[in-house]
Amino acid sequence: MNPYNYLYLAGILFTIGAVGVVVRRNAIVVFMCVELMLNAANLAFVTFSRINGTLDGQVTAFFTMVVAACEVVVGLAIIVTIYRSRRSASVDDASLLKR
Amino acid sequence: MNTSSSLVYLIALPLIGAVTLLLGGRRTDKWGHLLATALSGGSFVVGLYQLNEMLGRATEDRAVTQKLFNWISVGDFNVDASLLLDQLSICFVLLITGVGTLIHIYSISYMAHDENRRRFFAYLNLFIASMLLLVLGDSYLNLYVGWEGVGLASYLLIGFWNQKPAYATASKKAFVMNRVGDMGLSFAIMIAFATLGTTSFAGVEEQAHHASEAALTAIGIMLVIAAAGKSAQFPLQAWLGDAMAGPTPVSALIHAATMVTAGVYLIIRSNFIFEAAPSAQLVVVIVGAITLLFGALIGTAKDDIKKALAASTMSQIGYMILASGLGPVGYVYAIMHLLTHGFFKASMFLGAGSVMHGMNDEVNMRKYGNLRKFMPITFITFGLGYLAIIGVPPFAGFYSKDGIIETAFNAGGFKGYLLGGITLLGAAITAFYMTRLMVLTFTSKARWDDDAHPHESPALMLIPIAILSIGSVASGFLFKQGDALKNWLKPVFGEHGDHHEEHLFEPIVVSAMALTAVVIGVSIALKKYQFTEVAKVAPENVSIFTRMARKDLGQDAFNEAVFMRPGQAITELAEKVDVKVIDGAVHGVGRMAIGSGSALRKTQSGFARSYAALILVGTIVLLAGIWVVTQ
Repeated sequence: MNPYNYLYLAGILFTIGAVGVVVRRNAIVVFMCVELMLNAANLAFVTFSRINGTLDGQVTAFFTMVVAACEVVVGLAIIVTIYRSRRSASVDDASLLKR
Repeated sequence: MNTSSSLVYLIALPLIGAVTLLLGGRRTDKWGHLLATALSGGSFVVGLYQLNEMLGRATEDRAVTQKLFNWISVGDFNVDASLLLDQLSICFVLLITGVGTLIHIYSISYMAHDENRRRFFAYLNLFIASMLLLVLGDSYLNLYVGWEGVGLASYLLIGFWNQKPAYATASKKAFVMNRVGDMGLSFAIMIAFATLGTTSFAGVEEQAHHASEAALTAIGIMLVIAAAGKSAQFPLQAWLGDAMAGPTPVSALIHAATMVTAGVYLIIRSNFIFEAAPSAQLVVVIVGAITLLFGALIGTAKDDIKKALAASTMSQIGYMILASGLGPVGYVYAIMHLLTHGFFKASMFLGAGSVMHGMNDEVNMRKYGNLRKFMPITFITFGLGYLAIIGVPPFAGFYSKDGIIETAFNAGGFKGYLLGGITLLGAAITAFYMTRLMVLTFTSKARWDDDAHPHESPALMLIPIAILSIGSVASGFLFKQGDALKNWLKPVFGEHGDHHEEHLFEPIVVSAMALTAVVIGVSIALKKYQFTEVAKVAPENVSIFTRMARKDLGQDAFNEAVFMRPGQAITELAEKVDVKVIDGAVHGVGRMAIGSGSALRKTQSGFARSYAALILVGTIVLLAGIWVVTQ
């Protein structure tokens, strides 16, 4: 199978994720979209690793997974805390940092 | 040239006194004045020792030097802090330390009731040390240090009673006008270094033959400006009258006997420059001639006894400057007049201080009168100084002033007649204003205020005056006797010393003319003041000349119109430029940052999604840009 198809898939996934981040209000969904983008990037890394025949891309993918896992932990904790205090998971409601 | 290791003590002793008294503070209040007087006296003793040593050597190697340390050493430029004591400087050393010590003694009593007496003595010692450095430095640069030192001491002492704003202003005026002269001296040093490559007296004298006349004229004119500033000569004379704000001993020491004669020293020390630059020498003569009449005219109208004496000082230094522009014969008479003037003017200033002491610090002569009955010793000593300054033989001033008048006539041609006439006129006016001062103070009818109780001053004040008045009686005769001073100073002026003298008039004729001038001046003054009732308040309906003289011939008005007002206008302009242009630019940058900040702030909505969208758009634009560029 042509490895470039994986790149197309990664591009589609990344676009879906990016659009999701911009258009959705629910923090959980936005968060999932961010994960989608990260995984699209991972897919691209692995694909390039395959194309070039080196292991660098795969190693980077592992790093990304670890960082993403940490990010999930912290991010979810923040979302839960905000939900507890404000009774809302909408990202537009949490716009206090503007001033 | 011989070296001596004890020259430094001349300067070190009073300097130690100044440092001890200034750093010791109130702890030294009890004995500070005694220490200062003793150290000044010690310096005088060292001076006498040096004179004795000098007399023991042959004429040609009487000068001694002492190298203290290597001061500046940059590449080829080397300046040692070295002292040079020759026949010229020893005259000054003995005058400064001798008169200085007497004035220290006088001040012990005069300043007894001033709670800052210790500070006063510290400044006096600082002055003595600086003045000695001025006359002992072996290069223009060393002289400059002393030159600035005496300026500082003068400033501090004029403003000694600076709780009175007018006195503080007077000290500032003196300082600022001195700065103008100092600028002349620093330019002279710079030009000398640029063209001759050295700043030492010996080096400049050696190199002067190779330099162009233009360069030497420039140095000379700059030196004249320096001398005019320090010696209160035209056109920088306006500060001296106000300098009388200082305590009277200061006026006697700094503004009559020593510091104001530093300009004469500078010109005579630089004789090799003026000999080679006749136009600069002519400027010296012109400055001296103008000032001697200028000061004398001011002196005729002053009612303040100290200001009248200050105007007289200005005029007498004009005589010295005039003489120091008339070649080797003139130099000798300039120095002789400087020394005799140091005696009689210091004695008269101290006498004026004694009068003020007895009259509740009143300085207005119209409120004096008939004081000879109450202050006999002050009257006699003052009278001796008076006879000396107007030039009655055999008192000191006769020999020195007569010499200057004679030298002026001998200048040759029209110049000789003009200068001789000016000096004779000056002598007549001197006789007039000094007689006026004597009559108003001592011999006319009493016009005291009701609370005045004139009394003779204590012995501690009278003894120094008496010693000085002995000097004002005898010094001229001693200097003139067998051409003593002339032969003494001859080696300093090199080969020029054997200048052939041409007499326009026989000396006896000149003396007769000078005495006639004196008699005319004295009789006019006697008629106007002794045999006519003197008003207690200065009359208003007087001639335009008197009014001008009372206003110092418009010197302050002139300075104000020509220098102060335009200077103020420039300052105001500079301030406007600073506020509008420079501050405007700085504030503009600030306002621009604030404005762009508040405009950009609107994009910070706080909505995470719009940020994300912006990041997305930015990334796409960036990638597109890269793509376009790399295609």
